[in-house]
Amino acid sequence: MNHPEVGGKDILFDVRRVTRRFDGLTAVDGVSLSVARGECVSVIGPNGAGKSTLFNLLTGIDVPDDGIVRFDGEDVTGFSPERLAARGVARTFQHGRVFGNLSVLDNVLLGAHARLAFARPGWPVVGAVAETLRALFAPPAVRREEAALRAEALQIIARFGMRLAPRIDEPAHSLSYANRRRVEIARALALRPRILVLDEPTAGMNESETAEMLELILELKRDGLTLLLIEHKLELVMKLSDHVIVLDDGRKIAEGLPDEVRHDPAVIEAYLGHRQVGAQAPLEPQVVVRSPERLTP
Amino acid sequence: MTAWFDYTVNGLIVGNIYALLAVGLALIFGVSHLINFAHGSVYMVGGFIGWLCLTRLGLPLPVALLATVGGCALLGVLIERIGLRPLQGAARIAPLLATIGISFVLDQLAQIVFGPDPRPVPSTLPEWTFTIGGATLGSLDVLIAAIGIGAAGVLYVFLRFTRLGWAVRATAQDRDAAQQMGVNVNAVNQAVFAIACGLGGLSGLLVGMYYNSIDPAMGFEATLKGVVALLIGGLGNVPGAIAGSLLLGLVESYGVALFGTSYRDLFAFVLLLVFLVWRPNGLFSSNRRLPPEPLTGTFLSNRRAVRIPQPVLIVAIVAAFALPLLVSSPYLLQILTNGWIYGLLALSLTLVAGTVGQISLGHAALLLIGAYASALLSVDIGWSPAVTIPLAGLITALLGTLLVYPAFRLRGHYVSIATLGIGEIVGLVILNWDGLTRGPVGITGIAPLALFGWPLSSARAVYWFTLAVLVVLALLQVRLLRSHLGRTWRAIREDDVAARAYGVRPNRYKAMAFACGGLGAGIGGAIAAHLYSYINYQTFDSQVSILALTMVILGGLGSVAGAVVGAVALISLPEMFRFAAEYRMLIYGVVLLLLVRFRPQGLFGTA
Repeated sequence: MNHPEVGGKDILFDVRRVTRRFDGLTAVDGVSLSVARGECVSVIGPNGAGKSTLFNLLTGIDVPDDGIVRFDGEDVTGFSPERLAARGVARTFQHGRVFGNLSVLDNVLLGAHARLAFARPGWPVVGAVAETLRALFAPPAVRREEAALRAEALQIIARFGMRLAPRIDEPAHSLSYANRRRVEIARALALRPRILVLDEPTAGMNESETAEMLELILELKRDGLTLLLIEHKLELVMKLSDHVIVLDDGRKIAEGLPDEVRHDPAVIEAYLGHRQVGAQAPLEPQVVVRSPERLTP
Repeated sequence: MTAWFDYTVNGLIVGNIYALLAVGLALIFGVSHLINFAHGSVYMVGGFIGWLCLTRLGLPLPVALLATVGGCALLGVLIERIGLRPLQGAARIAPLLATIGISFVLDQLAQIVFGPDPRPVPSTLPEWTFTIGGATLGSLDVLIAAIGIGAAGVLYVFLRFTRLGWAVRATAQDRDAAQQMGVNVNAVNQAVFAIACGLGGLSGLLVGMYYNSIDPAMGFEATLKGVVALLIGGLGNVPGAIAGSLLLGLVESYGVALFGTSYRDLFAFVLLLVFLVWRPNGLFSSNRRLPPEPLTGTFLSNRRAVRIPQPVLIVAIVAAFALPLLVSSPYLLQILTNGWIYGLLALSLTLVAGTVGQISLGHAALLLIGAYASALLSVDIGWSPAVTIPLAGLITALLGTLLVYPAFRLRGHYVSIATLGIGEIVGLVILNWDGLTRGPVGITGIAPLALFGWPLSSARAVYWFTLAVLVVLALLQVRLLRSHLGRTWRAIREDDVAARAYGVRPNRYKAMAFACGGLGAGIGGAIAAHLYSYINYQTFDSQVSILALTMVILGGLGSVAGAVVGAVALISLPEMFRFAAEYRMLIYGVVLLLLVRFRPQGLFGTA
């Protein structure tokens, strides 16, 4: 595998000119970005800038019409989420998608699914039959792996202090919103990710919860985890990021160090329009647009 | 050539009748996101109201038509009140299950009142015909065409130009916004149900006149056809539903012309599957965009499952095994044995519908495949049941999984409709594949149960054998649920997008669940075949599928113990109280309705 070196950095995740069109609307227009190992890159932009569409393209939910996505030198454009997971790409979701009726522990255990030896795909049909038999008869190797996995999951949960540890057998839907987001991150860590893609990790959180989440992400960064972050809260982005990319109208309008971007007139204009230049207005929450059902006479 | 013109005209007339059904379904889906499975029963009731007016009361045809529309509109209002309004906060599948319950109740009531036999519906129309281009049209054909076109016109004017019509369209677009703008959504729903059911009833009377026959069981078929037409047109799309109905009518008509009458339904359901797999959004929308996911969400409550302590379970199992030593009545043992067989079906469905969240409405087809596999292997090749029963299980696992494989990419209600269609297709293939399955005659003289030369002739021996199979398979299922497979299956049920992001391949795990479920259900069907000694394509029909779902919901979706308890409660209990056996379907319908309304988590809660 070749590792492209750009400016002396070891690039792990490399996105070249990806484009996605919906019926004439270009939601993402030739956006490029790269994330080096151990770096935290953030994507910001006003509502409707195409951040979520871009993230869907990078995480395999959607397929770009144009452009290339490389992970560790391998072309992974249009790979399904499960294949990306197998390569060590973990993600969280915007509003925190945990498995509501599964216990906290099971949620975290599921995060490790992609790297389980006893759940390896194997040959079509034969692999599935083998996996069923392994689950049924649980030979010692499988039991050892499951036990090791449990120990590891408990360790991950312990990172969150007393937030999750007393609740490992509770169903995830019974947790508070902030705790559900923590479960999501714990689940992502169980994948032993090579890159963690965070989609608005603090959406809907209050000040203290946001501060706690910031601490946690900083800790992950100190551990050397590569991060790609999509976020609305500029404070958080400025504190975490090594590199910031600003999207507006599907295009990249600026990028650079957090401080450079913060004072870029194009960014200020995109965020605030012409009227109140300079102010750091809080950004409105994302509006969920429902697709209308058809009923025309 | 002229014959083809005839078939075309015939197809369009039948399509017109389907359209009256499908338009109603589309309107209801539009405002309430519900596929009204009671629609066919309303259609049946319409046929009987018209029959009453025409024969018993001797009313003229226009009055009979009006009475039918009025009566069915009232029924529609009632269905909305019972099946939809109280369930507004519940899971999306809840109202659908409620309408299935209502349809059971209506069908059974009609059967109690009018008897099960078909009745002729005299047409009071003048006897004239005319010919265009070789096709002969009768006065009834013209009437049906006129009513179809007339109804479409009135509906167009209503939706486009009346206040209530605007309210209907606004509700369909965005229910919450409409409510905030002062639209009384309940009134809109009620109006839509009234209109839809009025049209459905009209369709029932016209069909009765067209084929000169109505019977209380005609509704289910009509629901299925209406749903097929609805899907072809795109859910909730009214003009689409009309186009879909005409297309369905034509395809059926040409299919009958080419292959014969018994293939009519097969064409309808194959068309359904083709559309579900290739154009799930219907005729008129582009393929690339995924369905807007209108009906996802399993029927699961957030309440904790009841954990049965292990000693209680062991005592219950020991008691079940000890029962034949205490009770000498072979009758009681037989009905319990039947309960264990249905328990195998319920185990299979609770895995697929409860644990993996794929609400299958065609699960009885697995019993049918297992029964036929074992019966044919034993009758045609002469193998012992000890060999054919496990083989039948494997064949069912394989065939069942292959058959539903194309439906794995679907979600929510689409899965239910697809499995319903696949279930019907299995029955119809068995009916039509004379060379292998002996067609409508069925298979007779199937060897009785025997294990390696030891015949299980007494009721006791059969009871123990069936119970042992059930207990072993149930324990295996519990073991699977406790392994990593259990959490993976549940994760797919909870959120398949998130599961995929962590490396779970949903198709693989759905296939594993269907294969495990197919194995159990296939073994159950195989045992039943040897026990009954006679089977045909209707031994396990779609009613059994719905019954299985009722058992599973009664026990608690995903609960292994619940599935067995549900099966025994619904199969064996009505038999024990003889009087209840007659009203069996009525009881199932009412049980389903009450469960959905008052205890959606079932007896033991969802696991």
